[in-house]
Order: sequence, then C-alpha cells, then structure tokens
Amino acid sequence: MVKLDAIQKRLISEIADLHSVPAGAYNFRANSKLAGRNTTANIDIVSKENGSGIDIHIKPGTKNESVHIPVVISESGIKETVYNDFYIGEDCDVVIVAGCGIDNCGGHDSEHDGVHRFFVGRGAKVKYVEKHYGSGDGTGKRILNPVTECYMDEDSSMEMEMEQIKGVDSTERTTLAELKAGAKLIVKERLMTHGVQNAVSSYQVNLNGAGATADVVSRSVARDDSTQTFNARITGNAPCSGHTECDSIIMDRGHILAIPSLEANDVDAMLVHEAAIGKIAGDQLIKLMTLGLTEAEAEEQIINGFLR
Amino acid sequence: MLAIQNLSFAVSEAEREKEIIHDLSLTIEDGKFVVITGPNGSGKSTLARLIMGIEKPLSGQILLDGEDITALDITERAKKGISFAFQQPVRFKGIRVQDLLRLAAGRNLTVSAACTYLSEVGLCARDYIDREINSSLSGGELKRIEIATLLARQTRLSVFDEPEAGIDLWSFQNLIRIFENMRREIKDSSIVIISHQERILRIADEIVVLSGGSITMRGRPDEILPALIGKSAPVSVCEMLQ
Repeated sequence: MVKLDAIQKRLISEIADLHSVPAGAYNFRANSKLAGRNTTANIDIVSKENGSGIDIHIKPGTKNESVHIPVVISESGIKETVYNDFYIGEDCDVVIVAGCGIDNCGGHDSEHDGVHRFFVGRGAKVKYVEKHYGSGDGTGKRILNPVTECYMDEDSSMEMEMEQIKGVDSTERTTLAELKAGAKLIVKERLMTHGVQNAVSSYQVNLNGAGATADVVSRSVARDDSTQTFNARITGNAPCSGHTECDSIIMDRGHILAIPSLEANDVDAMLVHEAAIGKIAGDQLIKLMTLGLTEAEAEEQIINGFLR
Repeated sequence: MLAIQNLSFAVSEAEREKEIIHDLSLTIEDGKFVVITGPNGSGKSTLARLIMGIEKPLSGQILLDGEDITALDITERAKKGISFAFQQPVRFKGIRVQDLLRLAAGRNLTVSAACTYLSEVGLCARDYIDREINSSLSGGELKRIEIATLLARQTRLSVFDEPEAGIDLWSFQNLIRIFENMRREIKDSSIVIISHQERILRIADEIVVLSGGSITMRGRPDEILPALIGKSAPVSVCEMLQ
C-alpha cells in the first residue's frame, strides 16, 4: 500500500515517470518514512537493522524485472542520509529506477544524500536510471548529494542514466566504479542548472581487469548565474579501454569547469577524453528561426535536443 | 510574388564600407523557377540571406505579395511563407531528423508523412528518421535532409543557397531529379536557387546573372546560357568536382 499526497505524486511522476504503483519490486520513501514496499519472488527489499537504509537482494538469473526506489520530500527542513545497497546476482538482467524529488515551500533547507552501492554479479546486466528534481517557491534550499559506488564483477555490464534538469539548488555527485575483467560501464549524465545553482559531479572509474571498458559522457547546460564542475577520471590498471566526454552549453553568466582526466598504469590501457564548452551556435538559432520558431523557441528546442 | 526594390547592402572591412549589393531590383513571379548565378563574390548568397532576413539591407525594400517585409525578422518572414535552404546545413546534437521535419511542418507530423518527404529526396526513411542531425551524417545526406525540411514546410517562396555545394556526384544526380520534380509541382509557389551549376541553370524559367552586386543579365536559359558558357559561371559538374 502506497500512501502519497498530491505533491508527492507529482514529484514521483517527475523523477520516475510513474503515475501509479509500478509492477515489480518497489520501495517508496516519503518525508523520511517508508510509504510503501513490494517484493517479488526474485527481488527482496529489507530495511537495514540500524534504520539507515535498505538492502536490495536480486536473485541470480533474474531477468526482465525492475526495482523502483523513489524518494520524495515535501516538508521543509528535512535533512537525511540514506544508505541503499544493491546485491545483484550472477546473470541477472534488471532495471533499477531511483530518484529524488524535493518540494520545498518553506524557509528551511531540505537535503537528501543517497548513498547507493551496487555489487553487480558476474555476467549480470543492470540499467540504472536516476532523476533528480526540485520544486517549490520557499527560500529553503533543495540539496541533493548522491554517492554512487559500483563494484562490477567479471563480464557484468551497467548502464547508468543520471538526470538533473530542474530545481535542485545544490548538488555534489560522487561516483566511484571498480571494474573487473570484461566488465562494461556506460554513464550518461544530463544536467541543467539555472538561477544561482551549483552542481559538482565527480567520477573515478578504475578499470582493473583485462577487457574492462568504460564510457562516461556528460552533457550539461549552465544558465543564468549557475556554476558547474565536471571532474571525471578514468584509471586503466589493465589492458582496457575508457572514454570520457564532457560537452557543455554555456548561457547568460554561467560558469563551467570541466576537468576530464586519464591515468594509465598499463601499457595496453587505451584511454581517451574529450571536453567542449560553448554557447549555442548562431547558425543553429537562425536555422530554426527560418522554420518559423522565435529565438526563444529555437533555444528551447536546441537545449531539449542536447539534453535528450 | 517577391519584389526587391533598390536593395543595397554593405559590410565593414578594414574600417571601410564594402558594398556587396548595389541598388538591386528584381521581381520573382508566382509559379517561377529562378536561378541566380554569377562569379564568386558577386553577392548571390548575400541576396538570398537578405530575402530571408538573415541580413538587413542598408536601403531598399523587399515586398512579398505587395506587403513590405523589409523590417520583419527571420521568424516573421518564415511565417509569411519564405523558406531557406542553407549552403552548409547546420548540425544539431540530439535533434533527430524527424524532430527537424516536425518543426519544419509546424505541426505534429506522422512518421509516415515524415517518411514521404525523406523518400522524395532519395533517402530511405527507415534508416534516417531517428538519426541525429550531427557529424555522423555526410554532407550529401545533410543537404538532402535540408531540402526535405523545405518540402515539409511547403511555403510560397523557397530559397536554396548553392544546393550543389559540398555534395558528391551521386547526390548531385539526385539533387537535379529533386529540382526537376519541384519544378513540375511548383503551382503558385516560387523557387529561387543560387547556383553555379549548368544543369540547374538549364531547368530554370529564368536566369539572373549577378556581378559586383548588380544584375548584369536576365532571361530564359536559351538566351543567357550561350553567353555564360566558358565563363567562370556556370561550371559543368565535372569541373565542379575537380
């Protein structure tokens, strides 16, 4: 049974595209309390004994199942750190949807720091989707500081989509990944900041086994007076391949610092990084205006496409 | 009908005004397929950009069906029914072919309608509809997608700025076929093409020759082409590709 009010339901639809209770396993957290949980024959969710979070156990060989663990905060002044551990068995093929929505109409800061650890079993395939969203017109800030750690066994693969498009005042994201032989990590980060928001995203990906691959791609837009820092490091400790890319559109009085970096400790490590920052190209605006769009509409289309 | 009256345009170069278009007047009737040609630097592309409103003239007027559109911006002119194909089509990260066609059509376009426009420019719709308009597309592919956006717009006046620039021979053959089709189905709309290409010049109702920012000749292809052959414009497809 999931009990959510109208604001909480709106937040859930923003972060997880959910308009009703999802099929499969889920754990809903609202204002620091459990609001609903469902487990399946293959996916078990248990609260940690000290109350600091949940453990999610996915049985080996589980295919085509999903886990939703959305978090919503609609009261002003909540500050919490939650530890969620995912144990994904060998040869699984699962989708995990997380995300946090904060609506802050009050004068106190609201903060959710989610620490997610993934232990991905040999040959398992995981798709992880995480969306962050903020709303509310209070003076209290909406703060999200997620920490994600991935420990990937041999030949496992993980695709992470992380999106923060609107309304989060301050975010400091830290992602660590340790990959064994043949493991594959793909990260797609989408970020837009506006107002006086500040966002920091740091990655440390360690390719520890032969044939491990990582592709970390971030696309971001900094509007108004917002600030972004993207700091991605891939370390190759074995014959492996890694690629990191940071592509940003800067607007208004935004500030962007991109620090892609590579470290190789093996002669057969092949590592590449790319970074680009620029404003919206004038000819892109002109092209869309020749199709009848106003300059503002053209800008919106270009940003929406870029952040797709 | 498009009427250009006493149009002048200049750019600042080394602190001096350099005139690109000089007191130019030209009328393009409905249902006409007009090709503007001339040597490099004659002001052809500038004229096309002035018609679309991408550049603003120093003096003179542009009238569309009798309405003075000189002061209108690009968006307003687009809404009045002018469309423009770029010499070098613009790339967009994340925007797909179907998105651009939908924006061009100005309405929700069904996939099958979008496919029709792509088929008309010789692209297999299934392969392209979801492609991003980014650097993974070749110059010829971009050019054809650019033309498909004009087909989707179906405006009164279509302006093509050097459609043959930067495409391969195979794409060029297709391009000619596309223009021949457009020529047949022109009805009440008009087409203006900026081109050096003899084969495009040959299918024109009228050729306008520009030199030094002024019109030096205009008339039917049989009247104009003999005087042009052997000059810097037009060039044959083989010369262009050398």
